This record gives sequence, structure tokens and C-alpha cells, in this order.
Amino acid sequence: MKIKKWLASLGLIGLFAVSSVSAKTDPETDRKSFVDYFKNRHSGVEMSAYMNGAYALNQAAYDEWLSIEEFPPYELALGEGEDIWNTPFANGKTYQDCFDTTPEDGLRAKYPHWDDSRKQVMTLELALNECRSANGEKPFGWKKGKIASLSAYVAFQGRGHMIQVSIPNGDALAAYEMGKEFYYTKRGQLAMSCADCHVYNSGNKVRADMLSPALGHTTHFPVYRSKWGAMGTMHRRYGGCNEQVRARSFKAQGPEYRNLEYFMAYMNNGMETNGPGARK
Amino acid sequence: MSIRMRAKEQSGLVTVKALVKHPMETGQRKASDGSLVPAHFIQQITAKANGEIVLEAQWSPAVSKNPYLAFQYDGKKGDTIEIAMIDNEGKTFDGKGKVK
Repeated sequence: MKIKKWLASLGLIGLFAVSSVSAKTDPETDRKSFVDYFKNRHSGVEMSAYMNGAYALNQAAYDEWLSIEEFPPYELALGEGEDIWNTPFANGKTYQDCFDTTPEDGLRAKYPHWDDSRKQVMTLELALNECRSANGEKPFGWKKGKIASLSAYVAFQGRGHMIQVSIPNGDALAAYEMGKEFYYTKRGQLAMSCADCHVYNSGNKVRADMLSPALGHTTHFPVYRSKWGAMGTMHRRYGGCNEQVRARSFKAQGPEYRNLEYFMAYMNNGMETNGPGARK
Repeated sequence: MSIRMRAKEQSGLVTVKALVKHPMETGQRKASDGSLVPAHFIQQITAKANGEIVLEAQWSPAVSKNPYLAFQYDGKKGDTIEIAMIDNEGKTFDGKGKVK
């Protein structure tokens, strides 16, 4: 009888433990502790430097990257993106007709955002392709090629605008929470989460590569990766990251990656967009 | 202006950087149906500063896709740089700019 009582009380404690672990903090508290974590981990690195990723953490790599930026490898994609943006559709309308803001006025920084009428997160690439479909054009692929060039052009024209993701209501908060859970969930054969590399091990090396800090990650997308020899969108990178830990990747522009982008962008509130980026 | 370029002068030495979009096919690669993708690469490059040739190059398929070319010559700010490239199919590419 005594043992049974003891076991029962253990069970109760277990219940309480579980419920306190799942207690949710609010996004602003999450963000502040996120920023504080990196401030402590990389003391001496200014907030404004975080948009440069791993280059903010290594002087030699930073200098090398600065000389590459004098004539960056995303130049060709910018040219292609500019041509695509300025070419009207068959029906005479242009990409600008789909948007209230011009690229120069910070169109890039307006995404991702919560679209309450559709109850989902909207991303820039999603909006660009929906603009195409709405005007009778075949949408581009999601990860590379023309969509990446177009996104690169919009990002480049809108450099320097502040990221200010808002979470207007409970539905948006749920999407944010899903993105956050994805970020911290271990997955794949290597059982690693996004946080394992980019939070707990930021600044450490994976073989010859330095892990970039999560703070500032969404500012510089889309990205030209030397590894790809080409431009790629954020969801292309997400897929690659998942497959790197031997996890099945999700569909680009599907709900998982859009919620993930929403969470990650919120963490970068207050930072400026500086895409497209050139990375290793 | 199919060649994107930058040119900067420092202490009498001009560094010219150029990037051109080109598939640079070796002729050895196979397409998805098994057939060989024909060789298509930039063959001849001529670079001029103020009308005078400062670089001539002959490239082979060993140079990879979207090639980046950088070279230096003794020059000054305001020089006009012209780069002309011809590929093995006879297509021409050019770029023009001023040294900053």
C-alpha cells in the first residue's frame, strides 16, 4: 500500500513536471533571451555585425568576404532578377502591380508576415509566384534559378530596411510556436535540431566550416552559396540542412518551412535586411 | 553589356575584375538522355585600356561555368576598359567601363 501511494505521488509529480516544461513564454521574451544568449556567447561582436553570419565571428574570413563583396558572385543573379522584375507579363501587368511597396521601399523586409485572411504565413517567394499565377504565368520552381534571381533583386533593392515581424493574434502565435518547435526539435539520423548547430554550437567548427549564429540568419537571404555555385532561396537551404542531418526534408513553401521562417524572422526583429548574401 | 566588370586603381596599378554568364561546356558531359552536350566555351579574350591591348587570352573548356576573370596592368583612374570575348560558336560578349 505504501509503495502504491509513493508511486502515485511520483506520477503526480511527473504530471506537473511535464506541464511546466510545456509552459509557453511570449515571443518577445523568447527574442530577448535569444539575443542575450548570443551577446554572452560572442561578447565583443556588435549587434550590427550579426547579419554577416559566420563572418562576424572570424576576422580572416570577414576580410576575405569583404574582398569578394567588391565584386560579388550574385551579380549575375541580380542582372537576371532585374530583367525578370522589369519585364511585363503577357497580359501587360508587372510584378509591381501585385505589391503595395516597391523593392526600394523595403518590399523584402515586409516578408514573412501573417496573412489573417488566409490564416497562414506569407513569404516573399510565395507572393512572387502567386503574382505569376494570378497573371496567367507559369510559376517558377521554389528553390533556385529564376525565383532566386528575382528574390535576390528585390532583396538587393531593399537593403537596409528593418525587419519588424508582428504576431497579431492567436492563430499567428500558433504558427510562430510551430516554427519555434521545429527549430528546437531534434530530427534525422544524426538527431540534431537547428539549434544544435546554430545556437548551442555557433562559432564552433563542423570540419572546415564555422557554424553561423542563428541571430541574423534571415537578413541576408536569398543566398549565393559557393557550394551550390548558384543562388538559392531560404527554403532551399532548409531542405539542405534537414538532409545534412539525414532527416527527410519538407516541401519548399509548405507550412513547416513557412512557419519556421516566421519564427526565425521574428528572432531577427530590429535587424536590417542585407540580402542577397554571398556565403561559402 | 554582357560582361559585368569593375576596375580600380591603386598606386598606379589597375585591377580589373570581370564576370560573364556562360555555360562553358567541355563537350564531355552527358545529358539526361545519354547524349553528349556539345562543347561550348569562350575561346578568345581581348582586353583594352584606352584602345591599347593590355591582355589577350585563349581559354579552353578547362575554365568553368560563369567564368571570373581578373587581371592587373599599369594604369590610372579614368582609363576606359573594353573587354571582348568570343566563344567557339562565334558568339561575342563585351563589357566596357572606366577605372575608378
